[in-house]
Amino acid sequence: MTSAAPAKTQYEAVIGLETHCQLNTATKIFSTSSTKFGEPPNTLIDPVCMGLPGTLPVLNQKVLEYAVKTGLALNCQIASYSKFDRKQYFYPDLPKNYQISQYDLPIAEHGWLEIELVDKETSTVTRKRIGITRLHMEEDAGKLVHGGSDRLAGSTYSLVDYNRAGVPLLEIVSEPDIRSGQEAAEYAQELRRILQYLGVSDGNMQEGSLRCDVNISVRPAGQQEFGTKVEIKNMNSFNAIQRAIEYEIERQIEAVESGERIIQETRLWEEGSQRTISMRVKEGSSDYRYFPEPDLGPIEVSSEQLEDWRSQLPELPAQKRHHYETELGLSAYDARVLTGDRAIAEYFEATIAAGAPAKPAANWIMGEISAHLNSNTSLTINDLPLQPESLAELIGLIEDRTISNAAAKNILPELLEKGGSAKAIVERDGLGQISDQGALETAIAEVLTENPKELNQYRNGKTKLLGFFVGQVMKKTGGRADPKLTNQLLAKKLNS
Amino acid sequence: MLDRDQVRKVAHLARLELSPEEEEKFTTQLSDILEYFQQLSELDVTDVPPTTRAIDVSNVVRTDTLQPYRDRESILDSAPDLDGEFFKVPKIINPE
Repeated sequence: MTSAAPAKTQYEAVIGLETHCQLNTATKIFSTSSTKFGEPPNTLIDPVCMGLPGTLPVLNQKVLEYAVKTGLALNCQIASYSKFDRKQYFYPDLPKNYQISQYDLPIAEHGWLEIELVDKETSTVTRKRIGITRLHMEEDAGKLVHGGSDRLAGSTYSLVDYNRAGVPLLEIVSEPDIRSGQEAAEYAQELRRILQYLGVSDGNMQEGSLRCDVNISVRPAGQQEFGTKVEIKNMNSFNAIQRAIEYEIERQIEAVESGERIIQETRLWEEGSQRTISMRVKEGSSDYRYFPEPDLGPIEVSSEQLEDWRSQLPELPAQKRHHYETELGLSAYDARVLTGDRAIAEYFEATIAAGAPAKPAANWIMGEISAHLNSNTSLTINDLPLQPESLAELIGLIEDRTISNAAAKNILPELLEKGGSAKAIVERDGLGQISDQGALETAIAEVLTENPKELNQYRNGKTKLLGFFVGQVMKKTGGRADPKLTNQLLAKKLNS
Repeated sequence: MLDRDQVRKVAHLARLELSPEEEEKFTTQLSDILEYFQQLSELDVTDVPPTTRAIDVSNVVRTDTLQPYRDRESILDSAPDLDGEFFKVPKIINPE
């Protein structure tokens, strides 16, 4: 025995994500029923999605288009030959006792997406590529309601709603390239941004249109072999993904340290108690007995079709961020915020196209306009009465010093509510900035006379009172005094 | 060819309960069937590309056009048990 304390082992987490994303097509993947969310139970069913005898599934072409476009956006290779398979398992949410999915020939493989990590303290940005193993098309299952409540234990029966059965899904599997909860949350968010930019999914985690399962193991840093992996489910926000992973990393390290064996199992994230709980032990590796779906022919995407779909791809979030930073000179932070939502990014770009400089446009959109949208949750930027052209006009009026920033903020509520021309409002209300030296000097003289005490204090060295005087001049002129000129004239007058 | 354990496994995956006599019988029968198919491996298929189907069609798709099914009642009515608008199934037992 040596007396020296053993060096603390450093651990590394190895994480991969399996994401299921509902596509926002009008109809199901293999039948013509609606995919609408929240309809009365079993109103969106038909013989095909219920697997009744003698029915024949036919692939929705929109599903194929969306799968290929998503594959392209994720830098994948699109299969020249792809097919569907049956995955067999018994669970009452699956009307056919098999799920039509893709097994060995998925529509897309070998891609990647880039995530951006911002260090909270230093705001330095690091970028990392996360590999995409595969992307495939499949059908969703129905939904179980347990004995009138969500208590599984007490019920003697379950109720099934098959509205969701046959809703098209993309399953997107990442490589085990992720190392932390933050990276995983960032990966999921970037994936959602890409899906939303493409317009293929609303990516709503609360409604379950984006579901992320996490595979996670820990190993001593430097070790090549993976530890035993555990699957965690039931996270319904990006924040929950991060916290569930952080909890699980700690739990696994503690188990390893205390000599416990990690069991290969599925664990559920409990939002209430902020921990993961064991759901069930995995029965070996499940035997799904995949075989080719005989009712559906193979998919062979022609190179013409592929190029046509490729040409329809929009500029994607990572490309936009890059473009905003390098060509428009915005910070990584600004670029991230503006590109978080495609509609916001497009509004910003339209404002720039109408002549506004990038930085003030970014500030107005990320500041006042976002605050307005956040307090009116039913309002989206697309139906905002204030048009990008008018915002550009408003910014132009500030830039050429026709109005002060304060005056601009005063007329903004009217523009946000009613739209119209910024210039017209400025003219109507006589809000033009006072840049006339004589007029400003008069106002300054008045302010100094009215505040002899402060003037005295200033002259005795309390120079930070300059701000007070500027404020008084602003008040006197209804916010219209040119701030830069006012500052200069005031300083001159006070220090004379 | 096929042993009894494999038959038990297949039965379990298909959620079938077999008596010892049935296990015995199906082991023989399934082995016979597999042996019969085994004859195919006598063929030399070195230059034949693998196929999953006999009919040579691909890219059969339909447009994303809504056409609700009009007779959902008949689907609901064909279920063994209902509770209002829900299908009713026995309690789910966790596979443990």
